[in-house]
Amino acid sequence: MTAIPYAEALAEFEPVIGLETHVELGTASKMFCGCATEFGAEPNTQTCPVCLGLPGALPVVNETAIESTIRIGLALHCDIATWCRFARKNYFYPDMPKNFQTSQYDEPLCTDGYLDVQVKGETVRIPIERVHLEEDTGKSLHVGGATGRIHGASHSLVDYNRAGIPLVEIVTKPVTGTGAMPAEVAKAYVTELRDVLRGLGVSDVKMEQGSMRCDVNVSLNKPGQEWGTRSETKNVNSLRSVERAVRSEVERQAYVLREGGRIVQETRHFHEDTGMSTSGRSKEEATDYRNFPEPDLVPIAPDVAWVASLRAALPEAPSVRRRKLVEELGLSENDSEAMVNAGVLDVVLATVAAGASAAEARNWWLGHLAQSANAAGVDAPDLPITPAQVAEVAALVASGSLNAGLARQVVDGVLAGEGSPAEVVAARGLAIVKDEGALSAAVEAAIAADPGAAQKVRDGKVAAVGALVGSVMKATRGQADAGMARALLLEKLGVSE
Amino acid sequence: MSDLTRLTAAETASAIASREVSAVEVAQAHLDRIAKVDGQVHAFLHVDAEGALAQARRVDDGELSGPLAGVPLALKDVLCQQDIPTTVGSKILEGWRPPYDATVTARLKAAGVVILGKTNMDEFAMGSSTEHSAYGPTHNPWDLTRIPGGSGGGSSAALASYQAPLAIGTDTGGSIRQPASVTGTVGVKPTYGGVSRYGLVAFSSSLDQAGPCARTVLDAALLHEVIAGYDPRDSTSINQPVPPVVAAARSGEVKGLRIGVVKELTGDGYEEGVQQRFDEAVAILQSLGAIVTEVSCPHFSYALTAYYLIAPSEASSNLARFDAVRYGLRVGDDGERSLEEVTALTRGQGFGAEVKRRIILGTYALSSGYYDAYYGQAQKVRTLITRDFQKAWESVDVLVAPTCPTVAFPLGAKLEDPLAMYKQDICSIPSNLYGGPAASFPAGLSEGLPVGLQVMAPTLREDLLYQVGAALERALPAAVPPLAWEN
Repeated sequence: MTAIPYAEALAEFEPVIGLETHVELGTASKMFCGCATEFGAEPNTQTCPVCLGLPGALPVVNETAIESTIRIGLALHCDIATWCRFARKNYFYPDMPKNFQTSQYDEPLCTDGYLDVQVKGETVRIPIERVHLEEDTGKSLHVGGATGRIHGASHSLVDYNRAGIPLVEIVTKPVTGTGAMPAEVAKAYVTELRDVLRGLGVSDVKMEQGSMRCDVNVSLNKPGQEWGTRSETKNVNSLRSVERAVRSEVERQAYVLREGGRIVQETRHFHEDTGMSTSGRSKEEATDYRNFPEPDLVPIAPDVAWVASLRAALPEAPSVRRRKLVEELGLSENDSEAMVNAGVLDVVLATVAAGASAAEARNWWLGHLAQSANAAGVDAPDLPITPAQVAEVAALVASGSLNAGLARQVVDGVLAGEGSPAEVVAARGLAIVKDEGALSAAVEAAIAADPGAAQKVRDGKVAAVGALVGSVMKATRGQADAGMARALLLEKLGVSE
Repeated sequence: MSDLTRLTAAETASAIASREVSAVEVAQAHLDRIAKVDGQVHAFLHVDAEGALAQARRVDDGELSGPLAGVPLALKDVLCQQDIPTTVGSKILEGWRPPYDATVTARLKAAGVVILGKTNMDEFAMGSSTEHSAYGPTHNPWDLTRIPGGSGGGSSAALASYQAPLAIGTDTGGSIRQPASVTGTVGVKPTYGGVSRYGLVAFSSSLDQAGPCARTVLDAALLHEVIAGYDPRDSTSINQPVPPVVAAARSGEVKGLRIGVVKELTGDGYEEGVQQRFDEAVAILQSLGAIVTEVSCPHFSYALTAYYLIAPSEASSNLARFDAVRYGLRVGDDGERSLEEVTALTRGQGFGAEVKRRIILGTYALSSGYYDAYYGQAQKVRTLITRDFQKAWESVDVLVAPTCPTVAFPLGAKLEDPLAMYKQDICSIPSNLYGGPAASFPAGLSEGLPVGLQVMAPTLREDLLYQVGAALERALPAAVPPLAWEN
């Protein structure tokens, strides 16, 4: 055993966490040139002299990217710089065309903000250190080896389509006081941040496609002592992994410390498959980036009135809309927190707007659809069903045309691409059978098939009718009106309630 | 016409416009001249005869017109020209053909200027003699055993040997002006941001500036108007009208102009003959009605030091992209060696000694723990030098000094002494750090070799440079290179 269980570790040590989140902005063109940013294009088709870093080429700042970054800063309650510069971060890497990254160093666009998140009914304030803008690198593909990693590969290919896509980095200050739930806080923060960014419309925030990526910093210290040495876990690319990465690092560090060991300041790589991280490069051999102001770009001086107009036009924060959900729709705090964590707040609201009741919308998005999403390995809002379609199914249930089981079948049909709810109902013949004549045969058959149960009912054990109702439902493939079937059964058996 | 290569650009353009001569004839005359003399001068790294003649035909066909349509030009090999080899005087870019035109190149083409080829230069524009070119030095047409200046020695030598009436140079720390000075030609460094840097292979981004080179002041002004002006592709480009340089070159009026002689740019290390010609030139301007005073710019003494921290720092970053991954030279890629080994071998063989020296200087100056003491301190000096200029403008309109403390020195004389080489630019560097325009104009000969007068002006006051240059040009008899080496 090389780890101490999470709860035990946190009973002994206090955690300090920090999160650096990289978000690819959804601008139509790149940070410093006019190239397209579309995901999944043929390699090296979205490039030009500027983003390839050809000799002589020069960058020009994408103003939409500046605007998006300022809006993010405002949504996170940051101060917006009145004057700031880009810097060059110098290091060699083959997927970085200029061998320096144009970034922001000591003069970020946005500083000193916060984001409040709900964890287990508690509000935790996450302090934001900075929000800055930089350019993404290209992508290397290592060919000829078994693992796809550089070791063992015969050669490497580089795709520069991603090079120069605007990337916003959001860095928290060290977060203390998370007590027994640093992993939960970390996940809640990234989730809330994702919802804020989605609400702003600045990024598609798809962690699985890499448009939102997290680095997680963790250290532990004994109560009352100085903060411990931190590790930085990179490559944490899903909400679930954020939680797992913090959890596993807490467990690992606690073990090392309890054994009298020393935590090395290092970069660790997270592995989605195992949920564990492995040691990467240690900071003691870290690169000297030789940052200096980017001489090819003029300073950015956002106009104060412009910033004010951006602030005035910010959309409602997810927390505000969540409160509305609670207050206006009568949902519980627990439900709203669950919706945030599942990322379904928007679709729940849209489902309500399309005519469903709050309870129905909640039940669908936190219930069957959440399970379907989990099974499919996608986020629920990305399922191939629209809030309007969910509302349509809910209406069919409310009108008595469908029962819960049939409604699930209709939804599954929509998810399977069989068409709209109405089309699925028609094609699969899914509607509650209320016709007494049609039900009578099934009722007779059920009684005949299970004389024992029938006798019990006749003898006064009315509860035994459930088994017979089940048979009727089964025989009608769930389409019988269960209440009507029950009444018919009791009538045939000569029992009245 | 007897010898088309002896005409000025203005005369050539006028002769072509009036159909006295065709642009193709002019281009051919210059290509013939190159074929005849460039074996001895070595001004060109690449001659594009086919492209030049095609462009000349477009002018003759009336597709392209303008004040310089059909006039041949020599382009410094630091500016990208689509599909034409661009080496920056370095082995590391040998064989690279840019897929795009620099903005300067595109403007020249659109104006009907005929680009004859790419001129030799110190590798990555780092040097004052062209001896740091990976392709061998250029020789000064006034005396083939001497340097033509640098880094733009190929451009200045092409002008002085009548291989082209116009040339483009770039000036990071004197690389237009010092070559102009030692070849008896005109070279103008525009205001930083006055001419687009897009497509100019960067040495030091905050200092690099392309500008016109010519044998006459008017020719330089005409070329200036073609290449200058706002370019949205260069963020540091200034969105302001180009100063009226051609009008200024035609006027040449200096009556009442307040000229400040920089007190600090004289003394030890300045050759006597250079100082004499300079003093005479100032006296001529005074006789023409200029008001001459002495002005102190106390921080100019620190300019060279600050420059040799800022320029190498930026260069160390700018030159990082030459890594054998995407273009240019690749050494030792045998399928066994790692990327790091191939990059190291390529950079080891692809960069010359002076380039390596500056990459190391710059890497050191930017490194953690030294940044404040070196790069940071140099930026403060830069600010102080800017203030010296701004203070000077309270009392004078332009500043003057020798362009260079010496005449052209013999090839090889300073090759082993980098500091002596660096001092060639002691007078020109302050304007680069400040960002204002400056020019070198012929000011006569010392022991048969040209001396240059440098004029410095406030930002976007290039017109003042041309006024002074034109006045001097009219008052001084033109010094013509004897070209005794020609057979």
